[in-house]
Amino acid sequence: MRLDLAHIQRWIQPGSRVLDLGCGNGEFLQLLQENLQVKGLGLEIDPQDITESISRGLNIIEQDLDKGLSNFPDQSFDTVVMAHALQAVHYPDRVLDEMLRIGRQCVVTFPNFGHWRCRMYLGTHGRMPVSESMPYSWYASPNIHFCTVADFEQLCREKGIQILERDMVGSTNRKSLLATFWPNLFATTAIYHITR
Amino acid sequence: MNEVDQHFSAKAQASVGVIVPQTAHFDEPIMLACGRELRDYDLVYETYGELNETKSNAVLICHALSGNHHAAGVHNEQDSKPGWWNECIGPGKPIDTNKFFVVSLNNLGGCHGSTGPTSINPETGKPWGPDFPVLRARDWVHSQARLADRLGITYWAAVVGGSLGGMQAMRWSLEYPQRVKHCVTIASAMKLSAQNIAFNEIARQAIIADTGFAKGRYLESGSVPTKGLGLARMVGHITYLSDDAMARKFGRSLRSGTLETGNDDSIEFQVESYLRYQGSQFSESFDANTYILMTRALDYFDLAREYGNDPVVAFSHAKCSFLVLSFSTDWRFSPQRSLEIVNALIAAGRPVSYAEIEANQGHDAFLLPIPRYLDVFSAYMQRVAADF
Repeated sequence: MRLDLAHIQRWIQPGSRVLDLGCGNGEFLQLLQENLQVKGLGLEIDPQDITESISRGLNIIEQDLDKGLSNFPDQSFDTVVMAHALQAVHYPDRVLDEMLRIGRQCVVTFPNFGHWRCRMYLGTHGRMPVSESMPYSWYASPNIHFCTVADFEQLCREKGIQILERDMVGSTNRKSLLATFWPNLFATTAIYHITR
Repeated sequence: MNEVDQHFSAKAQASVGVIVPQTAHFDEPIMLACGRELRDYDLVYETYGELNETKSNAVLICHALSGNHHAAGVHNEQDSKPGWWNECIGPGKPIDTNKFFVVSLNNLGGCHGSTGPTSINPETGKPWGPDFPVLRARDWVHSQARLADRLGITYWAAVVGGSLGGMQAMRWSLEYPQRVKHCVTIASAMKLSAQNIAFNEIARQAIIADTGFAKGRYLESGSVPTKGLGLARMVGHITYLSDDAMARKFGRSLRSGTLETGNDDSIEFQVESYLRYQGSQFSESFDANTYILMTRALDYFDLAREYGNDPVVAFSHAKCSFLVLSFSTDWRFSPQRSLEIVNALIAAGRPVSYAEIEANQGHDAFLLPIPRYLDVFSAYMQRVAADF
């Protein structure tokens, strides 16, 4: 279980309705269903992930986040989750708006491009960072909209999005003091609990 | 050997074997949506697999426009043509007969043994022909419910259907919400588009225009509207394939002759030969009045009409979980139509899963062994089995 996913659980009410955007193989949604008895629905486009999720007994819709979410009524879910997909969509700002329209509250996680390793890689190599957590070459990467913790919070301010809570995961994949106090430099993964 | 063929040969062995169709006679009259009543009727059906002790593993197969009860297996050892959904029903297949007890019937109004236009009208002693009562999908659902009663099945683990069969499956979820745990709707729609009705109308007009049709009384006059029925099937068949599938299968190949001079033979291109073959095969095995009756039921199907034309209101009456599947090149029942079903289910708060299968075979894809289709379908049916 990725640490960001473990963190999210405490923000989700037992028995609530959860929409998971880009749910992957459904591991997280299944965990929520088992631990919290949520009524979950996942969106995914990868055929194998869809089949695997269905095998887990989950409800999955094949839907491309880049083609919009207008088929979901306003406030039809208690929580909308998007884990590690913000950086891969065409219009992250519009997806955030849609998430906040559909869900009473939302949880977003993304890799922090402001992490010191990224900065150092770019600074010393002069090339786009490639690492274990970001293994793609720039031209083949699904991650087309990298942002930093500071960028994200700036966007929240501009859009009037309220940050209820945030959690930062450091490079040791644990909650670290450095990541908590200087997230833009030390967090590898940022986790936000937001509402409007 | 392409991917589909490979998959086919691996699975081809798994079959339900030789199947003997059965007939259930019903004496209790059934009131139809049109207000007329059938005093008594027969339903011919097949079953595959075993009903478990708790009677919790029954799956109903609803057939499409030209389908019948023979969905899987063969009718004798020499029979080379298995049932129409043999790819999906059998041991280890999506509808796994090691787990499920599968019931597949010929719908009322059909021409393969169930009471329909070719049956004798008890009031006249002659074939019903064009006088057979018009039917709606709900009539089929109600008659299927009686067959379930007869078989001791109080609820279905799943009601499954493609195309017109998917419409029946959805109708089941609304008419008998307590009797359906899962509804599987494949390449279907909540109602037909005008274009779709238009194709059906061409088919009907082709039949009616055939002098052999004799205003529907061809069984009495001894004539057969072979040409009309064949033409109807040809039109239908084109709409079940995709442009791409036809290009791959036939291209512009000539059957004989040359591109410069053509040919004295009236059949020049391969695709013509194929369509004529399909048309003539069909006209020998299907009844014209049944075809008109079934296309009408298809045209008039409108899931949400009685729910204020609001599919969300309609589906809020359902209690089951849904699987909806569509195929990328299906233009007769396009993925958009399936998405309308999915979106209504989401808005109604019903559990639903949906996949659009990439396939170049058009509407016909739902009958074919497309690996991803079988995978998703199997994954869902395993979950149905886990729900017993």
